[in-house]
Amino acid sequence: MAFLEGAVYAVGFICLLFIIRLYYIVKTGSNYKPGAKGPVAVLVVAGSGGHTTEILRLMESLSAGYTPRHYVIADTDRMSEEKICSFESSKQNSDSESQFSICRIPRSREVLQSWSSSVLSTLHALRFSLPLVFRLRPDVVLCNGPGTCVPLCVAALLLGILGMKKVLIVYVESICRVQTLSLTGKILYPISDYFFVQWSSLRDKYPKSIFLGRIV
Amino acid sequence: MKTVFVTVGTTSFDELIESITSPETVQALTALGYERLVLQVGRGSLVPAADSSPHVTLEAYRFKDSIAEDIEQADLVISHAGAGSCLESLGAGKSLLVVVNDKLMNNHQLEMARQLHMDSHLLYCTCSTLTETLRTMDLSVLQPFLPGQPKNFAHFLDKALGVQ
Repeated sequence: MAFLEGAVYAVGFICLLFIIRLYYIVKTGSNYKPGAKGPVAVLVVAGSGGHTTEILRLMESLSAGYTPRHYVIADTDRMSEEKICSFESSKQNSDSESQFSICRIPRSREVLQSWSSSVLSTLHALRFSLPLVFRLRPDVVLCNGPGTCVPLCVAALLLGILGMKKVLIVYVESICRVQTLSLTGKILYPISDYFFVQWSSLRDKYPKSIFLGRIV
Repeated sequence: MKTVFVTVGTTSFDELIESITSPETVQALTALGYERLVLQVGRGSLVPAADSSPHVTLEAYRFKDSIAEDIEQADLVISHAGAGSCLESLGAGKSLLVVVNDKLMNNHQLEMARQLHMDSHLLYCTCSTLTETLRTMDLSVLQPFLPGQPKNFAHFLDKALGVQ
Protein backbone atom coordinates (compact mmCIF):
# COMPACT_ATOMS: atom_id res chain seq x y z
CA MET A 1 0.00 0.00 0.00
CA ALA A 2 2.75 2.37 0.99
CA PHE A 3 4.55 1.50 -2.21
CA LEU A 4 1.48 2.35 -4.29
CA GLU A 5 1.07 5.63 -2.48
CA GLY A 6 4.70 6.42 -3.11
CA ALA A 7 4.35 5.63 -6.79
CA VAL A 8 1.32 7.90 -7.11
CA TYR A 9 3.23 10.74 -5.42
CA ALA A 10 6.21 10.15 -7.70
CA VAL A 11 4.08 10.26 -10.84
CA GLY A 12 2.30 13.36 -9.56
CA PHE A 13 5.64 15.00 -8.80
CA ILE A 14 6.99 14.22 -12.28
CA CYS A 15 3.83 15.61 -13.87
CA LEU A 16 4.19 18.78 -11.81
CA LEU A 17 7.84 19.12 -12.85
CA PHE A 18 6.78 18.63 -16.45
CA ILE A 19 4.16 21.37 -16.23
CA ILE A 20 6.55 23.81 -14.55
CA ARG A 21 9.17 23.04 -17.16
CA LEU A 22 6.59 23.46 -19.96
CA TYR A 23 5.53 26.82 -18.56
CA TYR A 24 9.15 27.94 -18.30
CA ILE A 25 9.99 26.79 -21.86
CA VAL A 26 7.00 28.59 -23.37
CA LYS A 27 7.57 31.78 -21.34
CA THR A 28 11.27 32.14 -22.09
CA GLY A 29 11.03 31.38 -25.82
CA SER A 30 11.13 35.01 -26.92
CA ASN A 31 14.48 35.60 -25.20
CA TYR A 32 16.15 32.80 -27.09
CA LYS A 33 18.18 33.99 -30.10
CA PRO A 34 19.60 31.01 -32.01
CA GLY A 35 20.65 33.29 -34.90
CA ALA A 36 23.36 34.90 -32.78
CA LYS A 37 25.37 31.67 -32.84
CA GLY A 38 25.26 31.08 -36.60
CA PRO A 39 22.91 29.59 -39.19
CA VAL A 40 19.43 28.65 -37.98
CA ALA A 41 18.22 25.13 -38.80
CA VAL A 42 14.55 25.18 -39.75
CA LEU A 43 12.00 22.40 -39.82
CA VAL A 44 9.36 23.53 -42.30
CA VAL A 45 5.98 21.81 -42.14
CA ALA A 46 4.42 21.91 -45.57
CA GLY A 47 0.79 20.87 -45.59
CA SER A 48 -0.89 20.27 -48.89
CA GLY A 49 -2.19 22.53 -51.64
CA GLY A 50 -2.75 26.04 -50.31
CA HIS A 51 -0.71 25.48 -47.15
CA THR A 52 2.38 24.58 -49.18
CA THR A 53 1.93 27.57 -51.46
CA GLU A 54 1.72 29.89 -48.44
CA ILE A 55 4.69 28.43 -46.60
CA LEU A 56 6.90 28.63 -49.70
CA ARG A 57 5.99 32.32 -50.05
CA LEU A 58 7.37 32.76 -46.52
CA MET A 59 10.47 30.66 -47.23
CA GLU A 60 11.19 32.76 -50.31
CA SER A 61 11.70 35.82 -48.14
CA LEU A 62 14.06 34.16 -45.62
CA SER A 63 17.78 34.74 -46.06
CA ALA A 64 20.55 32.14 -46.33
CA GLY A 65 20.91 32.51 -42.55
CA TYR A 66 18.17 29.90 -42.30
CA THR A 67 20.14 26.76 -43.20
CA PRO A 68 19.63 23.84 -43.42
CA ARG A 69 15.94 23.61 -44.24
CA HIS A 70 14.14 20.33 -43.55
CA TYR A 71 10.72 20.09 -45.16
CA VAL A 72 8.17 17.71 -43.69
CA ILE A 73 5.33 16.56 -45.90
CA ALA A 74 2.48 14.08 -45.43
CA ASP A 75 3.18 10.75 -47.07
CA THR A 76 -0.01 10.97 -49.13
CA ASP A 77 1.06 14.27 -50.67
CA ARG A 78 2.75 14.14 -54.09
CA MET A 79 2.19 17.73 -55.22
CA SER A 80 4.12 19.39 -52.40
CA GLU A 81 7.39 17.57 -53.04
CA GLU A 82 7.42 18.85 -56.60
CA LYS A 83 6.69 22.42 -55.48
CA ILE A 84 9.41 22.30 -52.82
CA CYS A 85 12.03 20.93 -55.18
CA SER A 86 11.35 23.53 -57.85
CA PHE A 87 11.37 26.27 -55.21
CA GLU A 88 14.68 25.12 -53.72
CA SER A 89 16.35 24.74 -57.10
CA SER A 90 15.39 28.33 -57.98
CA LYS A 91 16.87 29.43 -54.65
CA GLN A 92 20.04 27.43 -55.27
CA ASN A 93 21.05 29.82 -58.04
CA SER A 94 21.25 32.80 -55.75
CA ASP A 95 23.24 31.10 -53.00
CA SER A 96 25.28 28.05 -53.88
CA GLU A 97 25.68 26.66 -50.38
CA SER A 98 22.00 26.25 -49.56
CA GLN A 99 20.91 22.80 -48.47
CA PHE A 100 17.59 21.14 -47.82
CA SER A 101 15.97 17.77 -47.23
CA ILE A 102 12.45 16.36 -47.49
CA CYS A 103 11.03 14.05 -44.81
CA ARG A 104 7.70 12.21 -44.85
CA ILE A 105 5.37 11.39 -41.98
CA PRO A 106 1.84 9.94 -41.93
CA ARG A 107 -0.84 12.58 -42.31
CA SER A 108 -2.47 13.28 -38.96
CA ARG A 109 -5.79 14.52 -40.23
CA GLU A 110 -7.43 14.22 -43.61
CA VAL A 111 -9.88 16.96 -44.54
CA LEU A 112 -13.28 16.29 -42.93
CA GLN A 113 -11.95 13.43 -40.81
CA SER A 114 -13.85 13.01 -37.54
CA TRP A 115 -12.44 14.32 -34.24
CA SER A 116 -12.00 10.99 -32.50
CA SER A 117 -10.16 9.34 -35.35
CA SER A 118 -8.07 12.55 -35.71
CA VAL A 119 -6.81 12.02 -32.16
CA LEU A 120 -5.80 8.44 -32.96
CA SER A 121 -4.04 9.30 -36.19
CA THR A 122 -2.28 12.25 -34.52
CA LEU A 123 -0.93 9.85 -31.88
CA HIS A 124 0.15 7.58 -34.70
CA ALA A 125 1.92 10.49 -36.39
CA LEU A 126 3.63 11.35 -33.09
CA ARG A 127 5.44 8.04 -33.23
CA PHE A 128 7.12 9.25 -36.41
CA SER A 129 7.46 12.90 -35.40
CA LEU A 130 9.39 12.26 -32.17
CA PRO A 131 12.35 10.39 -33.75
CA LEU A 132 12.41 12.86 -36.64
CA VAL A 133 12.58 15.98 -34.46
CA PHE A 134 14.99 14.34 -32.01
CA ARG A 135 17.28 13.42 -34.87
CA LEU A 136 17.20 16.74 -36.76
CA ARG A 137 17.23 18.98 -33.65
CA PRO A 138 16.14 22.11 -35.50
CA ASP A 139 16.37 25.59 -33.97
CA VAL A 140 12.95 26.52 -35.31
CA VAL A 141 9.77 24.73 -36.39
CA LEU A 142 7.88 26.82 -38.93
CA CYS A 143 4.30 25.82 -39.70
CA ASN A 144 1.06 27.28 -40.99
CA GLY A 145 -1.89 25.07 -40.27
CA PRO A 146 -2.01 21.52 -41.60
CA GLY A 147 -2.77 18.94 -38.89
CA THR A 148 0.72 17.49 -39.34
CA CYS A 149 2.06 20.50 -37.38
CA VAL A 150 0.65 19.35 -34.07
CA PRO A 151 2.69 16.16 -33.45
CA LEU A 152 5.84 17.89 -34.73
CA CYS A 153 5.37 20.86 -32.41
CA VAL A 154 4.66 18.53 -29.48
CA ALA A 155 7.91 16.70 -30.26
CA ALA A 156 9.74 20.05 -30.46
CA LEU A 157 8.30 21.07 -27.11
CA LEU A 158 9.38 17.78 -25.59
CA LEU A 159 12.99 18.42 -26.63
CA GLY A 160 12.80 21.66 -24.65
CA ILE A 161 11.08 20.13 -21.63
CA LEU A 162 13.73 17.42 -21.40
CA GLY A 163 16.39 20.13 -21.60
CA MET A 164 17.92 18.64 -24.76
CA LYS A 165 17.39 21.62 -27.01
CA LYS A 166 15.18 24.69 -27.09
CA VAL A 167 13.18 24.60 -30.34
CA LEU A 168 11.26 27.75 -31.22
CA ILE A 169 7.76 27.21 -32.58
CA VAL A 170 6.78 29.77 -35.22
CA TYR A 171 3.18 29.53 -36.39
CA VAL A 172 1.66 31.54 -39.23
CA GLU A 173 -2.11 31.21 -39.49
CA SER A 174 -3.36 30.73 -43.05
CA ILE A 175 -4.55 33.84 -44.89
CA CYS A 176 -7.93 32.06 -45.26
CA ARG A 177 -8.58 32.60 -41.55
CA VAL A 178 -10.17 35.98 -40.98
CA GLN A 179 -12.51 35.61 -38.00
CA THR A 180 -11.65 32.27 -36.39
CA LEU A 181 -8.45 30.29 -35.90
CA SER A 182 -8.09 26.86 -37.49
CA LEU A 183 -8.19 23.86 -35.16
CA THR A 184 -4.41 23.58 -35.44
CA GLY A 185 -4.09 27.29 -34.67
CA LYS A 186 -6.21 26.95 -31.53
CA ILE A 187 -4.07 24.05 -30.31
CA LEU A 188 -0.74 25.76 -31.03
CA TYR A 189 -1.66 29.27 -29.84
CA PRO A 190 -0.73 28.61 -26.19
CA ILE A 191 2.51 26.74 -26.93
CA SER A 192 3.99 28.64 -29.89
CA ASP A 193 6.74 31.23 -29.37
CA TYR A 194 5.73 33.45 -32.30
CA PHE A 195 2.13 33.28 -33.52
CA PHE A 196 1.34 35.29 -36.66
CA VAL A 197 -2.13 36.16 -37.94
CA GLN A 198 -2.87 37.95 -41.20
CA TRP A 199 -6.09 39.81 -40.43
CA SER A 200 -6.62 42.47 -37.78
CA SER A 201 -9.87 40.87 -36.58
CA LEU A 202 -7.88 37.85 -35.36
CA ARG A 203 -5.24 40.04 -33.71
CA ASP A 204 -8.02 41.72 -31.72
CA LYS A 205 -9.31 38.34 -30.52
CA TYR A 206 -5.91 36.82 -29.75
CA PRO A 207 -3.72 39.33 -27.91
CA LYS A 208 -0.54 37.22 -28.03
CA SER A 209 -0.64 37.07 -31.82
CA ILE A 210 1.59 39.14 -34.10
CA PHE A 211 -0.04 41.06 -36.93
CA LEU A 212 2.10 42.48 -39.75
CA GLY A 213 -0.64 42.69 -42.38
CA ARG A 214 -0.86 40.07 -45.08
CA ILE A 215 2.50 38.28 -45.31
CA VAL A 216 1.89 35.66 -47.99
CA MET B 1 -12.06 38.23 -77.40
CA LYS B 2 -13.52 39.37 -74.09
CA THR B 3 -13.51 36.29 -71.87
CA VAL B 4 -15.17 35.12 -68.67
CA PHE B 5 -13.52 32.31 -66.74
CA VAL B 6 -15.68 30.35 -64.30
CA THR B 7 -13.96 28.09 -61.75
CA VAL B 8 -15.36 25.82 -59.03
CA GLY B 9 -12.04 24.40 -57.76
CA THR B 10 -11.77 20.77 -56.69
CA THR B 11 -15.41 20.55 -55.59
CA SER B 12 -18.61 20.51 -57.63
CA PHE B 13 -20.99 23.42 -58.00
CA ASP B 14 -23.56 22.39 -60.64
CA GLU B 15 -25.90 25.20 -59.65
CA LEU B 16 -23.32 27.78 -60.70
CA ILE B 17 -22.59 26.05 -64.02
CA GLU B 18 -26.33 25.81 -64.68
CA SER B 19 -26.91 29.49 -63.81
CA ILE B 20 -24.00 30.82 -65.85
CA THR B 21 -25.09 28.93 -68.99
CA SER B 22 -28.79 29.83 -68.67
CA PRO B 23 -30.08 31.95 -71.57
CA GLU B 24 -30.75 35.01 -69.33
CA THR B 25 -27.24 35.00 -67.89
CA VAL B 26 -25.59 34.46 -71.27
CA GLN B 27 -27.64 37.37 -72.57
CA ALA B 28 -26.45 39.54 -69.67
CA LEU B 29 -22.85 38.56 -70.47
CA THR B 30 -23.11 39.31 -74.19
CA ALA B 31 -24.73 42.66 -73.34
CA LEU B 32 -21.52 43.44 -71.42
CA GLY B 33 -19.44 42.49 -74.46
CA TYR B 34 -18.21 39.09 -73.29
CA GLU B 35 -17.90 36.67 -76.18
CA ARG B 36 -16.10 33.70 -74.72
CA LEU B 37 -16.97 31.57 -71.69
CA VAL B 38 -14.46 29.10 -70.19
CA LEU B 39 -15.81 26.76 -67.50
CA GLN B 40 -13.80 24.69 -65.05
CA VAL B 41 -16.47 22.39 -63.62
CA GLY B 42 -14.50 20.12 -61.24
CA ARG B 43 -16.34 17.06 -60.00
CA GLY B 44 -19.73 18.39 -61.11
CA SER B 45 -22.16 16.26 -63.11
CA LEU B 46 -22.69 19.04 -65.64
CA VAL B 47 -20.14 19.54 -68.46
CA PRO B 48 -21.87 21.82 -70.99
CA ALA B 49 -21.22 21.03 -74.65
CA ALA B 50 -19.41 23.59 -76.79
CA ASP B 51 -22.50 24.23 -78.92
CA SER B 52 -24.97 24.54 -76.04
CA SER B 53 -24.90 28.35 -76.04
CA PRO B 54 -25.24 29.79 -79.55
CA HIS B 55 -24.29 33.36 -78.59
CA VAL B 56 -20.91 32.74 -76.93
CA THR B 57 -17.87 30.60 -77.59
CA LEU B 58 -18.00 28.00 -74.86
CA GLU B 59 -15.28 25.72 -73.51
CA ALA B 60 -15.68 23.41 -70.52
CA TYR B 61 -13.27 21.08 -68.74
CA ARG B 62 -13.03 19.38 -65.36
CA PHE B 63 -9.49 19.93 -64.13
CA LYS B 64 -6.12 21.28 -65.24
CA ASP B 65 -2.80 21.21 -63.39
CA SER B 66 -2.84 24.98 -63.32
CA ILE B 67 -5.65 27.42 -64.01
CA ALA B 68 -3.16 30.32 -64.14
CA GLU B 69 -3.32 30.57 -67.92
CA ASP B 70 -7.12 30.67 -67.99
CA ILE B 71 -7.09 33.39 -65.34
CA GLU B 72 -4.49 35.32 -67.32
CA GLN B 73 -6.63 35.22 -70.48
CA ALA B 74 -9.84 36.22 -68.69
CA ASP B 75 -11.27 39.71 -68.32
CA LEU B 76 -13.64 38.60 -65.59
CA VAL B 77 -13.23 35.64 -63.24
CA ILE B 78 -16.29 34.07 -61.62
CA SER B 79 -15.31 31.77 -58.77
CA HIS B 80 -16.77 29.72 -55.97
CA ALA B 81 -15.36 31.23 -52.76
CA GLY B 82 -12.22 29.04 -52.72
CA ALA B 83 -9.24 30.81 -51.22
CA GLY B 84 -6.79 29.59 -53.85
CA SER B 85 -8.72 30.84 -56.87
CA CYS B 86 -9.59 34.13 -55.12
CA LEU B 87 -5.94 34.88 -54.32
CA GLU B 88 -4.75 33.76 -57.74
CA SER B 89 -7.29 35.89 -59.60
CA LEU B 90 -6.78 39.01 -57.48
CA GLY B 91 -3.02 38.50 -57.62
CA ALA B 92 -3.26 38.51 -61.42
CA GLY B 93 -5.14 41.80 -61.21
CA LYS B 94 -8.43 40.40 -62.55
CA SER B 95 -11.96 41.53 -61.74
CA LEU B 96 -13.50 38.85 -59.58
CA LEU B 97 -17.09 37.91 -58.87
CA VAL B 98 -17.51 35.29 -56.15
CA VAL B 99 -20.65 33.20 -56.26
CA VAL B 100 -21.35 31.68 -52.88
CA ASN B 101 -22.86 28.23 -52.59
CA ASP B 102 -25.57 28.91 -49.97
CA LYS B 103 -25.61 25.20 -49.14
CA LEU B 104 -22.13 25.57 -47.63
CA MET B 105 -22.81 28.66 -45.53
CA ASN B 106 -20.59 27.71 -42.60
CA ASN B 107 -17.63 26.67 -44.69
CA HIS B 108 -14.61 28.57 -43.33
CA GLN B 109 -13.41 29.16 -46.89
CA LEU B 110 -16.14 31.79 -47.17
CA GLU B 111 -14.55 33.91 -44.43
CA MET B 112 -11.88 35.30 -46.67
CA ALA B 113 -14.18 35.94 -49.63
CA ARG B 114 -16.55 37.87 -47.32
CA GLN B 115 -13.68 39.95 -45.94
CA LEU B 116 -12.29 40.68 -49.42
CA HIS B 117 -15.79 41.74 -50.43
CA MET B 118 -16.02 44.10 -47.44
CA ASP B 119 -12.66 45.56 -48.46
CA SER B 120 -14.03 46.08 -52.01
CA HIS B 121 -11.61 43.71 -53.71
CA LEU B 122 -14.33 41.52 -55.23
CA LEU B 123 -18.05 41.31 -55.94
CA TYR B 124 -20.17 38.78 -54.12
CA CYS B 125 -23.48 37.10 -54.93
CA THR B 126 -25.38 33.80 -54.90
CA CYS B 127 -26.64 31.73 -57.85
CA SER B 128 -30.12 33.19 -57.57
CA THR B 129 -28.79 36.77 -57.83
CA LEU B 130 -26.11 36.05 -60.45
CA THR B 131 -27.95 37.40 -63.50
CA GLU B 132 -29.08 40.51 -61.66
CA THR B 133 -25.56 41.11 -60.33
CA LEU B 134 -24.06 40.82 -63.82
CA ARG B 135 -26.63 43.30 -65.19
CA THR B 136 -26.01 45.92 -62.55
CA MET B 137 -22.37 45.40 -61.53
CA ASP B 138 -19.86 48.22 -61.62
CA LEU B 139 -16.33 46.81 -61.82
CA SER B 140 -14.78 50.26 -61.45
CA VAL B 141 -15.59 50.29 -57.71
CA LEU B 142 -13.19 47.40 -57.09
CA GLN B 143 -10.00 48.29 -55.24
CA PRO B 144 -6.65 46.88 -56.41
CA PHE B 145 -5.40 44.01 -54.26
CA LEU B 146 -1.80 44.50 -53.18
CA PRO B 147 0.32 41.37 -52.75
CA GLY B 148 1.19 40.23 -49.22
CA GLN B 149 4.60 41.20 -47.86
CA PRO B 150 6.64 38.17 -46.76
CA LYS B 151 9.58 40.57 -46.34
CA ASN B 152 7.89 41.95 -43.23
CA PHE B 153 7.78 38.45 -41.79
CA ALA B 154 11.47 37.89 -42.61
CA HIS B 155 12.52 41.19 -41.00
CA PHE B 156 10.55 40.41 -37.86
CA LEU B 157 11.98 36.90 -37.57
CA ASP B 158 15.57 38.04 -38.26
CA LYS B 159 15.28 40.52 -35.42
CA ALA B 160 13.52 38.14 -33.04
CA LEU B 161 15.99 35.29 -33.59
CA GLY B 162 19.08 37.49 -33.86
CA VAL B 163 19.87 36.42 -37.44
CA GLN B 164 22.36 38.70 -39.17
